[in-house]
Amino acid sequence: MAAIQSLLRRDRLWTFHGGIHVPDEKALSNGRAVEVMPLPKRLVIPLQQHIGATARPVAKVGDRVLKGQLLAQAEGYVSACIHASSSGTLVAIEPHPVPHPSGLSALCAVIETDGEDTWAELPEPITHYAQLDPTEIRERIRWAGVVGLGGASFPTSVKLNPGPDQRIRTLIINGAECEPYITCDDLLMRERAGDILAGVRIMHHLLGDPRILIGIEDNKPEAFEAMRFALAETDMRGYTEIRSIPTLYPSGGEKQLIRILTGEEVPTHAIPARIGIVCQNVGSAAAVADAVLEGRPLTSRIVTVTGRAIAEPRNLEVRIGTPVSDLIAHCGGYRERPRKLVCGGPMMGFEIAHAEIPVTKPANCVLALTEAETPDPGPALACIRCGRCAEVCPAKLLPQQLYWHARAKDLDRVQDYNLFDCIECGCCAQVCPSHIPLVQYYRYAKNEVWAREEDKRKAELARMRHEAKQARLERQERERKARLRQKKESLDAGPGKSQTDQDAKKAAIEAAKQRAAAKKAAAAKAEETDDA
Amino acid sequence: MSATLVSSPHGSRPNRVDRVMQEVLLALVPGVAAMIWFFGWGVLINITLAVAVALIAEAAVMRVRRRPIGPAIGDYSAVVTAVLFAISVPPTLPWWMTLLGMLFAIVLVKQLYGGIGYNPFNPAMAAYVFLLVSYPVAMTTWLAPDMLAEHAVSFTESLRLIFGGALPSGVEWDAISAATPLDEMRGKLDQGMPIAEIRLSPLWGDFGGRGWEWVANGFLLGGVYLLWRRIITWHIPVSMLAALAVAAGAIWLIDPTTHPFPAFHLFSGAAILGAFFIATDPVSACTTKTGQLIFGASIGLLVFVIRTWGGYPDAVAFAVLLMNIVAPTIDHYTQPRVFGHSGNRANP
Repeated sequence: MAAIQSLLRRDRLWTFHGGIHVPDEKALSNGRAVEVMPLPKRLVIPLQQHIGATARPVAKVGDRVLKGQLLAQAEGYVSACIHASSSGTLVAIEPHPVPHPSGLSALCAVIETDGEDTWAELPEPITHYAQLDPTEIRERIRWAGVVGLGGASFPTSVKLNPGPDQRIRTLIINGAECEPYITCDDLLMRERAGDILAGVRIMHHLLGDPRILIGIEDNKPEAFEAMRFALAETDMRGYTEIRSIPTLYPSGGEKQLIRILTGEEVPTHAIPARIGIVCQNVGSAAAVADAVLEGRPLTSRIVTVTGRAIAEPRNLEVRIGTPVSDLIAHCGGYRERPRKLVCGGPMMGFEIAHAEIPVTKPANCVLALTEAETPDPGPALACIRCGRCAEVCPAKLLPQQLYWHARAKDLDRVQDYNLFDCIECGCCAQVCPSHIPLVQYYRYAKNEVWAREEDKRKAELARMRHEAKQARLERQERERKARLRQKKESLDAGPGKSQTDQDAKKAAIEAAKQRAAAKKAAAAKAEETDDA
Repeated sequence: MSATLVSSPHGSRPNRVDRVMQEVLLALVPGVAAMIWFFGWGVLINITLAVAVALIAEAAVMRVRRRPIGPAIGDYSAVVTAVLFAISVPPTLPWWMTLLGMLFAIVLVKQLYGGIGYNPFNPAMAAYVFLLVSYPVAMTTWLAPDMLAEHAVSFTESLRLIFGGALPSGVEWDAISAATPLDEMRGKLDQGMPIAEIRLSPLWGDFGGRGWEWVANGFLLGGVYLLWRRIITWHIPVSMLAALAVAAGAIWLIDPTTHPFPAFHLFSGAAILGAFFIATDPVSACTTKTGQLIFGASIGLLVFVIRTWGGYPDAVAFAVLLMNIVAPTIDHYTQPRVFGHSGNRANP
C-alpha cells in the first residue's frame, strides 16, 4: 500500500495559481519537418546575444573566417562566446539593428559569406566525459557559446555551475513550450530526441547526478512519444521521468514548471538553485550535446516562422545572423500584409519595426500577425476592478493594485505590491475587459525603479566623492597650517640662525637698491641722447 | 504595420467591458420578466425611464468633463445601474422620483467620483437609499402580485399612475397594493402573532411571498448564468447567502415560533438579486478572494441583523453601502500570499 502511495506521489503533478487557456495555433507550423535555411549572402552576428557582458571581438575586420571560428570571446564570467556561423570574410564590426524591444542598434560582426560553408578546425569530441573533471566540460560548453534557448539566453555553463555549497537534487528539462504559435521545441523533440537526452545526460553528470524531470505540455503528443521512445533506448531511465503536463499558459515559465513538476516554489528574488533545482530548455540540452560530443559551437537554431500573414508557416534551421526578411521570403513571403511583426510568441514576444534584423540565439519565433490575429485593442478604458487579472496571475499578485500605483508613479507602493515578482507573462492584460496595457505599465514601473536606484547610486557616489574631496581639502589645509606653524616655531626657536638670515636679507635689499639705481641712471642717459 | 511598438501581449483580447455589462443585462432578463408578470407594466415603464435618464445624465456629465461621450454610453454600465435601480423601486413610483434617483446615482455617486471604475459606492443602491429616506411612503408602497390583486393595473393605467399620480377610476389603493412579504412578516411579528398563524394568509407561497419567490427564482437563474459565464465568481453570492441562511437558521432553531424559516429570508426582498447582481458590482466590492468572502458574509449578516432588529423591513441596500465603506480596507488586509513569498500577507 505504501509503495502504491509513493508511486502515486512520484507521478503527482502540482498546479500553479491562475494561468489562461489561449488558442495555441501550433497546427499552423508543426505539420512539416524542420527545413535547413539556405546560406544567406551576409550574416550579421550581434556580439551580445545573451544575458551578461558583451563578448570581446577577437577576429579582425578583413580576416577570412571559417564556420565555427571564434569571433568574440566571452568577457567575464556571465557572458558567452560568439562564433562565425558560416565561412567568408569579416567585412565589418559595426552597430546594426538587432532584435531588441527598444529597436536600437548594437555591435555586430558582419560576414560576407563565400558559399563554401567551410568548417574551422574544431576541438576534439569529448565522449568519455563521465571520467573528466566537470570544469573541463563546462569550459567546453562556455567555449561553444551555449545559452538558454528558451528565450532568456542565460549562459548555460554558468547555470550548470551551481557552486560547491549548492547540492542540486533535481534537473528540470523544459519542453513545455506554452507560448501559442511557437513549435520549434516541439519539432526539436520530435526530430532530435536522442541528442536532447545525450545533452541532458551531460548536464546530469555536471550537476552531480540529480534526478531528471522532463515536462512537456499535453498538446504535443508526438514530441512526448518521441522523447519517451528515445529515453527507452538510453541508460537514463533509472533517474529520468518524462511528464505530460496540462496545457495552460504559462506552464513553461521556469518557476511555474518547477511548481508543476515538484510542488516547490522558488523563493522570491532567488534562483532555482537555492532550492536545489536547475531548469534547462530542450534546445540548450541539444546544443550542449553538440558542443561536448561533436565539438561544435552553437551557430544555428530552429526558428518557427508563423502567423497567418505568412504564406507557408514552418520551422527552419537557421544560422545565427541570418536576416529575418530572408526567413520570411523562404516561407513564401506574406500571404497578406501583416499588421504586426513579433519576435517571440504573442504573449511575451516584442514587436519589431521591420524584418531587417538578424536571427539571434534566443530568437525562437518570428510571428507575422494579421489584422484579425492582432486587432487594435482600442483605447484603454477605466479599470472596473473586476479582478480577473488577479484570478489569472501565476505569481498571485494583485495586478490591479500594481496598475493603480504604477499609473500614479508611486514607486514605493508598486514595490510593496511586489512588482518584481511579476514575470510579465501577459495573462492579466490578455483577460482585462478594459484592454489596459498592464504589462507595459509594469515594465515602465520596473524601469523607473531601476532608474531611481541608479540615480540613488550615482547620488551616493557623488556624495561620497564630495565628502572625500572636502576631507582632502581640510586635510591639506590642516597640513599647510601645521607646516607654517612648524616654520614659525623653528624661527622663534633659533635666534642665532635668524640673525644671519637678517644680515643676508639686508645684503639682498642693498644689492637690489644698487641695481635699481643703476637702471635709473642708464634710462636717464638714454633719454638725454634721444632728446639730442 | 503599426507606427508605435506596442508591449505584449499581442493577440486579440476576448473580454470587453461592454460585453460584461451586456451579459449582466441578459442575466437580469428572467427576474425582470417575472417581475413584469407579477407586478405589471409599471416595472417596464420604470426601467425605460431610468435607462433614458441615466444615459442622458451620463452623456451630459461627459460633455461637461470634456470626455468622449461614445465610450461612456457604449459601455452599458449606466444601463445596468438604471435597471438595477428601476427593479428595486416600487412599480408605481412617481416619475420624478425615478428621475431624481437616477440623477443622484449617475451624477453624484458615479461621475463626481470620476466615472466608471472610481465610484466607492454602488450607484443604484445609493440612489435607492437616498429615495427611501427622503420619500419613505412612496418607496414602500408596493403593488400586490398579480394573483392577489383585486384589480390588475393595465399599461395605460400604469402610465397614468406613474406620470400623473392618478389611480385607475373607481379603484382604491387597497385594491391594488399589498404589504411586501418582509413588511407583512415584520408587522405581524410585532403584533405578537406566531409564525404559523402569519403563514395562514394567502400572501404566502412555498418559501416567501407568492409571486415574490418566483422573481427571486428568476434572479437566481440569472445569477447561475453569470457564474457559468464567469462574469462573477461564487465568493460574494455564496458567502452572502450562506451567512444570511446560517444566521437566520441559528435563531430559527432557537425559537421557530417567532423567527421565520431561513429559506424565507433567502427568497424574500432583494436577497437573491443583491447576492448575484448588487453585492457583486466589481467597482465597489472587494477584489481579493478572501476579501470577497468577508465582504459577502458581512453583507449577509447585516441583512439579517437589520431585517430582524433594525428599523427597515429590508436591508440589502444598507448592508451593501455599509460594506462598500470598508471594502478597500478589507482588500488591504487580505492580500494573497505572493508566489515564492513565505508570509501570509504581502504587505503590512
